[in-house]
Amino acid sequence: MKHEDAPKPDQNSGLTRRDFIKISGVGVAVPLAFGPTVVRAAGEDVEVLGPGKAPISLMVNGKKLTAEFEPRVTLLDALRDTFNLTGAKRVCDRGTCGACTVLLEGKPVYTCMVLAIDAQGKKITTIEGLTEGDALTPVMQAFVDHDAQQCGFCTPGFVVATTHFLQQHPNPTPDDIRRGLSGNFCRCGTYDGIRAVALSKSTGASLTGESDGTVREGGSL
Amino acid sequence: MSEYQWPNPATRPLLGKKISRVDGPIKSSGRAKYTYDYNPAGLLAGRILRCPYAHARITSIDTSAAEKMPGVKAVQIIQKPGTEIFWAGDEVVGVAAVDEPTAEDAIRAIKVQYEVLPHFISDAEPPKNIASSSGPISQDDFEDMEDNQVPDEQVIAAIKQNGISFHPDEKYLKDAQESGVDKKVVEALRTAKYAQATASKSPYKKTAVQTQGQPDKAFTSAAAVVEGLYGASCITHCCLETHGMAAEWPSANDSSASPGTNLLVHISTQNLSGIAPQIAEPMNIPAGSIQVMQQYVGGGFGSKFSPDRWGIAATQLSKSAGGKPVKIMLDRAAEQEVAGMRPSSFARVKIAADKDGKLVAWESRSWGTGGVGGGGTPPLPYIFEIPNQRKQNIAISTNQGSARAWRAPNHPQAAVITMSALEDLAAKMNIDPVDFLTRNLEMTGPRAAIYRDELPIAAEMMEWKKSWHPRGDKAAGLVKRGLGLSIHTWGGRGHNSDCDLTIHPDGSVEIKMATQDLGTGCRTIIIIVAADTLGIPMDQVKLLIGDSRYPVSGGSGGSTTSGGVTSSTRRAAVDACNQLFAKVAPALNAKPEGLEAVNATVRVKSDPSRSLSWKEACAKLGAMPMTVRGKNPDKSKPPDLTNSGVGGVQMADVSVDTETGIIRVNKMVAVQDCGLVVDVKTAESQVKGALIMGISYALYEEKILDPVTGRMLNPNMEFYRLAGIADVGELQVHMMTGKGYDERGVIGLAEPPVVSPGAAISNAVANAIGVRVPFLPLTPARVLEAMGSHG
Repeated sequence: MKHEDAPKPDQNSGLTRRDFIKISGVGVAVPLAFGPTVVRAAGEDVEVLGPGKAPISLMVNGKKLTAEFEPRVTLLDALRDTFNLTGAKRVCDRGTCGACTVLLEGKPVYTCMVLAIDAQGKKITTIEGLTEGDALTPVMQAFVDHDAQQCGFCTPGFVVATTHFLQQHPNPTPDDIRRGLSGNFCRCGTYDGIRAVALSKSTGASLTGESDGTVREGGSL
Repeated sequence: MSEYQWPNPATRPLLGKKISRVDGPIKSSGRAKYTYDYNPAGLLAGRILRCPYAHARITSIDTSAAEKMPGVKAVQIIQKPGTEIFWAGDEVVGVAAVDEPTAEDAIRAIKVQYEVLPHFISDAEPPKNIASSSGPISQDDFEDMEDNQVPDEQVIAAIKQNGISFHPDEKYLKDAQESGVDKKVVEALRTAKYAQATASKSPYKKTAVQTQGQPDKAFTSAAAVVEGLYGASCITHCCLETHGMAAEWPSANDSSASPGTNLLVHISTQNLSGIAPQIAEPMNIPAGSIQVMQQYVGGGFGSKFSPDRWGIAATQLSKSAGGKPVKIMLDRAAEQEVAGMRPSSFARVKIAADKDGKLVAWESRSWGTGGVGGGGTPPLPYIFEIPNQRKQNIAISTNQGSARAWRAPNHPQAAVITMSALEDLAAKMNIDPVDFLTRNLEMTGPRAAIYRDELPIAAEMMEWKKSWHPRGDKAAGLVKRGLGLSIHTWGGRGHNSDCDLTIHPDGSVEIKMATQDLGTGCRTIIIIVAADTLGIPMDQVKLLIGDSRYPVSGGSGGSTTSGGVTSSTRRAAVDACNQLFAKVAPALNAKPEGLEAVNATVRVKSDPSRSLSWKEACAKLGAMPMTVRGKNPDKSKPPDLTNSGVGGVQMADVSVDTETGIIRVNKMVAVQDCGLVVDVKTAESQVKGALIMGISYALYEEKILDPVTGRMLNPNMEFYRLAGIADVGELQVHMMTGKGYDERGVIGLAEPPVVSPGAAISNAVANAIGVRVPFLPLTPARVLEAMGSHG
């Protein structure tokens, strides 16, 4: 079907990958009618939501949050704009910089590349969910101690990524760090502090907080 | 009685120690709220329609479909039909809607027609015989010359010779003089001939040739001469928090704004105190009725001093939408394309030394672009006052978003051009570059002694004597290793700053200042100075910044904040202390000048057993708190607590894979002076951050424009590549402290350490592979090309 709202490439700096998701997400044979539409896909009846707003429920930090979203809304924008969980940031907006990292089913994901509708039924942990009140997790405290932050805008994403990384690599080697923490970018240049966080003697179990039940490799907790 | 001067090391419990930044916990837990996170009830999302052409004239704008869309609350034409657009991505129409998707849909529904005009974007070497600009000087030309610090005589000569194409009124002339333009230049403007602007304009603006000494004679009699091509490409600021602003017009009964506030602004800025006047003028409202707020800012690096056109658009959209808050944050593409870039700068250089390795002559023809306005003029030759010189700079006007100050404007480019030429000359003379620089240090003027202290320290940290080899790594294998170095300077004198410090009768202390902390540690050093002076723990000092209702403090540009805020805080804290001593003295049966504030007590210097706890002492204030204001500068309260002019040395150790052209930075060392270091921990972080940013612009970053469309090809973060954690080798930082440094006072640190990395890395690469890779970034393609062209 012809989609009237498709962005004109000459008015943007090219189509982003997520624009593509948005367009194709909305544009795939969806009749402009209210109520759930059922289509036959891969031999099964599938309920289609959208293109208008549809009720969506997310399990965030142990709480069920519900709101109406257009299906094109990303998990990042849903968390930030509707649920006011602003720790995750939108920076590159196309899955490069990691500033929007949260844990989805215990694994770090770029929420700018996940549609809110696709995150339903999955356990979402944002940086706000790692701790309560003014308390800091050991990883957060290590970021403070090693001064692993300047402007702080990439920091929440880095803290989430580092938390998961240290669960996976309680005693990381410098090579592990180069590979494991390359999914996040910082502009102020705080990598030396972040390396120190990951390498500090007190890493391992004491920095990772509670177990999320994922299988660990490379040494024991 | 306390004096204003900085205390000596024996009596400063906090100053000069390693202290964790006070806003570390709120940042690392994700609770810090940035402008981007401002999310009040009823917030409208603002989006901007941008021009897709690098040069065009708007012929028509039709917003009718967008205005009718459900959820669209306001549409604002930013540039009207008929307007000439000079760069791709310039703002045309703004929209405010109930949410971002709706605003994006509305933007797509707007129809704009353009007459596409020819664009010019090349910053390649200008043709040999371009004519000197002969047309009259426009207001832009004039202001560019002043911004680029073209010598007054040249400006006057150009005005007299070419005439001017604008009519400066008395107000303009007065403003110019007040902003630092020389009286003679103002007079030349006043009496200048008016001439109609010429229609076709060359993109090249050539400065007059500047000559000193006898360069031709010096080159002829020199022992060694080298010629080379050097430079650095355009890069962007790439702030992680994009530029943006939220504006709202609260109604009289709205509790979210302070009384008297007609316009409430949240903005991502380096210039909190300077924003209201820039909004007041276009909106035609009193600056005092605008309240500007910001607690945290996600990077600025020189690009965030103004509300910008999108900020004004947000203000107007909010007004049209009945005062509801409208927030416009740029998307990543716009941030990269229009919200800031560092000018490119390239040069052909000829440099010569005598038989003792003393520099005798310099010749350069430099060029570069900073967008439509032309470009920066790098201070060449950098740092070294070579006796015989001839130089000329050509600024190229290109159709792209304008340059903004980028950390240490023009210095990194000047360093890579100059230090590369020096290193090439040292290599030709087979002199170790550390030795070569040392032989010429007297040409660096007042900072020679600093470099003389720093060079051996850096060499030891790098194990230079052990690891350095003459040009070209002769060891077997495809991966070649090399060392390089560079030195740099910057001013960094503290800006104007007012600080209100209040001591309450319960002993709590509060500081108010309309400054900002860009992640430099500004909050931390203010609290350190106050707590150190008052002899109390840091957590007893509450600091309030980020609100334009507080006392005015300067913008954070040019490394001026640390000197400014620490000086005003020190004076406020000393005055407060002395006033407190006057109240407390009778109770301790002492004279006020015989008291000191130490370890959370106020006690008699000659008999420390006679003391009151800080709390008991403050209770003597009675029922009312006491507020004092400290200022910087303040000649009535000497000494000057800030200073200007720092020196730094950096060295790089790199490996170059000669098959792939890929460079890896194994290690960098930085030795840096910034006068009295207030907090060694955040200072070291600042220097390490600069090294990493330097690795990034030396190896990866480049704003690439498409010659066909004139658009930026990499307005994103996949192809506008920043250094990642895997790209950074070992970093070692040494801050100069102690005698010779502490007594100079506090000097800013944001610019200096970011000047040298590009030059040091380029020199290390030349040392490794034996040939010069002319331009930054040193991409694999450029490395292989340089090696190929030298067989």
